Amino acid sequence: MAKQKLVLIGNGMAGVRTLEEVLKLAPEQYDITVFGAEPHGNYNRILLSPVLAGEMQVQDIILNDLDWYAEHGITLHVGKRVTQIDRIGRKVIAADGTSAEYDRLLIATGSQPFILPVPGKDLPGVIGYRDIADTQVMIDTAASKQHAVVIGAGLLGLEAANGLILRGMDVTVVHLGEWIMERQLDKTAADMLQASLEAKGMKFRLAHQTAELLPAADGRVGAVKFKNGEEIPADLVVMAAGIRPDTALAEAAGLHCNRGIVVSDTLQTITDPRIYAVGECAAHRGIAYGLVAPLFDQAKVCANHLAQMGIARYQGSVTSTKLKVTGIDVFSAGDFMGGEGTEAILLHDRSGGVYKKLVLKDNTLVGAVMYGDTVDGSWYFQLLREGKDLGELRDHLMFGQSYASSHLGDTGHAGASSAASLPDSAQVCGCNGVCKGSIVKAIQEKGLFTLDEVKKHTKAASSCGSCSGLVEQILASTLGGAYQAVDTTKKAICGCTDHNHGEVRQAIREQKLLSIPQVMATLEWKTPNGCATCRPALNYYLVSTWPHEAQDDPQSRFINERAHANIQKDGTYSVVPRMWGGLTTPAELRAIADAAEKYQVPTVKVTGGQRIDLLGVKKEDLPKMWEDLNAAGMVSGHAYGKSIRTVKTCVGAEHCRFGTQRSMDLGVKLEKMLFAMWSPHKVKLAVSGCPRNCAESGIKDVGIIGVDAGYEIYVAGNGGIKTEVAHFFCKAKDDAEVMEISGAFLQLYREEGWYLERTVHYVSRVGLDYVKAQVVDDQENRKALHERLLYALQGEPDPWAEITQGPRRKEFIPITLVA
Amino acid sequence: MSQWKAICRLDDIPRLGAQVVAHPEGDIALFRTADDWVFALRDKCPHKGGPLSQGIVHGERVTCPLHGWNLALETGEACAPDVGCAKKFPARVEGGVVLLEL
Ligand code: SRM
Ligand SMILES: Cc1cc2nc3c(=O)[nH]c(=O)nc-3n(C[C@H](O)[C@H](O)[C@H](O)COP(=O)(O)OP(=O)(O)OC[C@H]3O[C@@H](n4cnc5c(N)ncnc54)[C@H](O)[C@@H]3O)c2cc1C
Ligand code: SF4
Ligand code: FES
Repeated sequence: MAKQKLVLIGNGMAGVRTLEEVLKLAPEQYDITVFGAEPHGNYNRILLSPVLAGEMQVQDIILNDLDWYAEHGITLHVGKRVTQIDRIGRKVIAADGTSAEYDRLLIATGSQPFILPVPGKDLPGVIGYRDIADTQVMIDTAASKQHAVVIGAGLLGLEAANGLILRGMDVTVVHLGEWIMERQLDKTAADMLQASLEAKGMKFRLAHQTAELLPAADGRVGAVKFKNGEEIPADLVVMAAGIRPDTALAEAAGLHCNRGIVVSDTLQTITDPRIYAVGECAAHRGIAYGLVAPLFDQAKVCANHLAQMGIARYQGSVTSTKLKVTGIDVFSAGDFMGGEGTEAILLHDRSGGVYKKLVLKDNTLVGAVMYGDTVDGSWYFQLLREGKDLGELRDHLMFGQSYASSHLGDTGHAGASSAASLPDSAQVCGCNGVCKGSIVKAIQEKGLFTLDEVKKHTKAASSCGSCSGLVEQILASTLGGAYQAVDTTKKAICGCTDHNHGEVRQAIREQKLLSIPQVMATLEWKTPNGCATCRPALNYYLVSTWPHEAQDDPQSRFINERAHANIQKDGTYSVVPRMWGGLTTPAELRAIADAAEKYQVPTVKVTGGQRIDLLGVKKEDLPKMWEDLNAAGMVSGHAYGKSIRTVKTCVGAEHCRFGTQRSMDLGVKLEKMLFAMWSPHKVKLAVSGCPRNCAESGIKDVGIIGVDAGYEIYVAGNGGIKTEVAHFFCKAKDDAEVMEISGAFLQLYREEGWYLERTVHYVSRVGLDYVKAQVVDDQENRKALHERLLYALQGEPDPWAEITQGPRRKEFIPITLVA
Repeated sequence: MSQWKAICRLDDIPRLGAQVVAHPEGDIALFRTADDWVFALRDKCPHKGGPLSQGIVHGERVTCPLHGWNLALETGEACAPDVGCAKKFPARVEGGVVLLEL
């Protein structure tokens, strides 16, 4: 089928984000053409303020450089303004005559600064504040002129004024309202903000109306005249009195506009379903948003629809505001003024420079405004969006998240946004001993913006990665609006290649690649033999895609999988024999006890996985100990692998008075079926005999719960770093069906999961519906998957026996020097 | 006084792998690269003492198994941004035999 043609008008933040989302969902569906009036790739408009303030450079704020468009096969027309949409001929035409046909059209033309209709508005030196060009004019003017006037004391106006002051100009902010930022702040917070901006040298004329802009002798703007007759000098006038959705083009094409291009919940224009609009130019349920967070939500939904998934709906967004003036913290969200039917909780410490007002309605949080101390901003914002009854939380609300949660236990928000409230001394990365203070310092001093950069410079999150989420929150709270979470789905595996996990898996399957050197040669790896990140991934992809054919490479496995034991901090190892379904016998326990004594094991522990761990074993003793355990009939528990780990069971119908199904029996059968299964990440199962669920089936990769009529199967739960409750998958009538469905689900994950992606991440990437379609609905496919799993695992040896009886045994014994 | 000592055959060390040599002053890790160069470092990571011999060898580097530092096999120096050094021992291969200067 020929590809459909998608045309984007407006190469800005909302439009390009939509394209990124489309490429993620349906990379092959469209031939894409982009028209952008500005002569640049897509950049982060938000960060124009730090550029103006001299805190960043233009090149730092580029989001998609020209290579990005080329890489994705997108035709980009930069510096070309579209002047006509021909809806009948289905094409768009630019000012220079360039045209492009479309099957689907996306309009994302953003806004135009509102220019006050006063005499003199067209004089040189009068500008809006919208793009790189405006920013450059301000920077250039500041280098040679003295007086600047900013009209409008909103977010944009104050950021412009702050930047111009830092560049040495004398700046006056003119504002019609009674106080500054009246759409975001109440009077008390605004007065405090004004005082601290005045301390930086900013001057204010509040409740002043501009009547006219007067020219200077050189023909440029020279002064601002107010309605009351007063005049002040102005070599530069920045109009920041608001923005107007840029709808001229759409209106000319007959699309219905009313304070923006009117769109439905799928971001389609209500006039023409082939045409979509996102971003500041679009009016959804009467609102045209002017901040990026809602625009990104729109982009997601719009892309979902363009990719013909057609399930997402945009329902509108609640927004919050932060001012990006270094050293000043202001936050507001929701209905911060309050009024009829609301009550306010207030904290005002004038000399300490802290003000907080929380507005409540029917015991839910509906608004917040804060000055000075805004660490809890994101927490309040979350409470506000959730709109939950505050309950007991109310009494502690004002004191912030860390206080409230320490007094109420886990309020259900733990971790979600706790980063901001952590003290600097709190350890964030346990692996590398990095505390919050040093991460914040590195972000600020070295100008870091991404998780990868923080990893490189501080080592935080560079090892087990469990603190990545927290580091991202710290980035977000340190950078504020400047933070953009990276999209991991399209990231290259590592620095050795430009290919991502999906592409590499596909190449291995489609071109039948069978060894790591072959993959590296075919996909043009940039390093001779990869690194510790890509080699284990490649090794897994090979053995899982081509079982019994691809060569397993022990040297490309992490030490735990190479030595079949977990390495400890002192370089010793741990030994965990398999106890099928958590069941053992006196004979096995005796053999374990004997081994523990014989090899002087310092610690013997019952694990969280229903078996016994012997910790602190010297590497050279491992093969001997395995031999002893093998002799007693025990095999490796794979407690070290990206592999099947444990199948936990409860006592079940075998003994329990409530049990409806024989859970121990089924657990043992499942564990035997899955023995020695390698997977993208570890895999844990549980079988409970009844819904009391004593084996914790609700947080397992596959969890099974016995019910009267058979079993319920749950998938993609996780009990680790971030606890995720498993999703209900389907019912099964008997043991055989449970085994087939569980096996098929795990085989799908083995074939499609990315290395180090657990089932929870895999399922959230591809969607539960997709997985159900493959495994539950399509019975043929289910059978085929299950058979492929059984084939892959057929004849897999016990890794312990393989080592003790094979040539690799000598790797475990150090060479001793003879004198 | 240091002198060259024959330690093992080249084939006793897996390619892109390592072998441990027990030494009274602390273990030594002998690494073998893809193109059969051999390097020797004290088997102790400058970070927290991890056994480097158990790491993954790539190019002329090894990644420590405990927290992922990368060290240059040639010099023992940690790769930026980490700083530290594992002691290096001269090593060479002669007629399929690995020699170490101790
Ligand atoms: C031994 C054991 C703790 C214990 O004494 O009980 C354990 C020990 C380790 N766990 Fe665990 N986990 C153990 C049960 C669990 C459980 C509970 C369970 O399985 O029911 C969980 C939560 C359930 C889950 O996985 O969803 C658990 C979640 C983790 C995680 C977080 C995984 C996640 O996806 O969020 C890690 C980190 C990782 O794998 O990247 C981890 C990693 C580790 C490692 C392997 C860290 C490492 O890489 O060295 C620990 C090895 C210690 C050592 O030095 O030998 N361990 N770990 C448990 C072994 C069970 C077994 O018999 O095999
Ligand atoms: C200085 C500044 C600071 C900001 N700070 C924040 C902040 O802290 N937080 C926040 O959330 N938001 C902030 N914003 C707002 C945010 O940048 C915008 O909401 C966002 O960029 C809007 O995205 P968009 O894609 O709708 O429009 P834009 O990013 O403006 O993109 C529209 C693009 O379309 C082009 N275009 C228009 N018409 C045509 C045509 N006919 N043909 C071809 N191309 C055309 C325009 O040239 C423009 O490049 C800030 C904005 C500015 C200017
Ligand atoms: S055993 Fe698990 S929870 Fe305990 S310290 Fe190690 S990784 Fe952390
Ligand atoms: S001990 Fe080697 S990286 Fe930590």
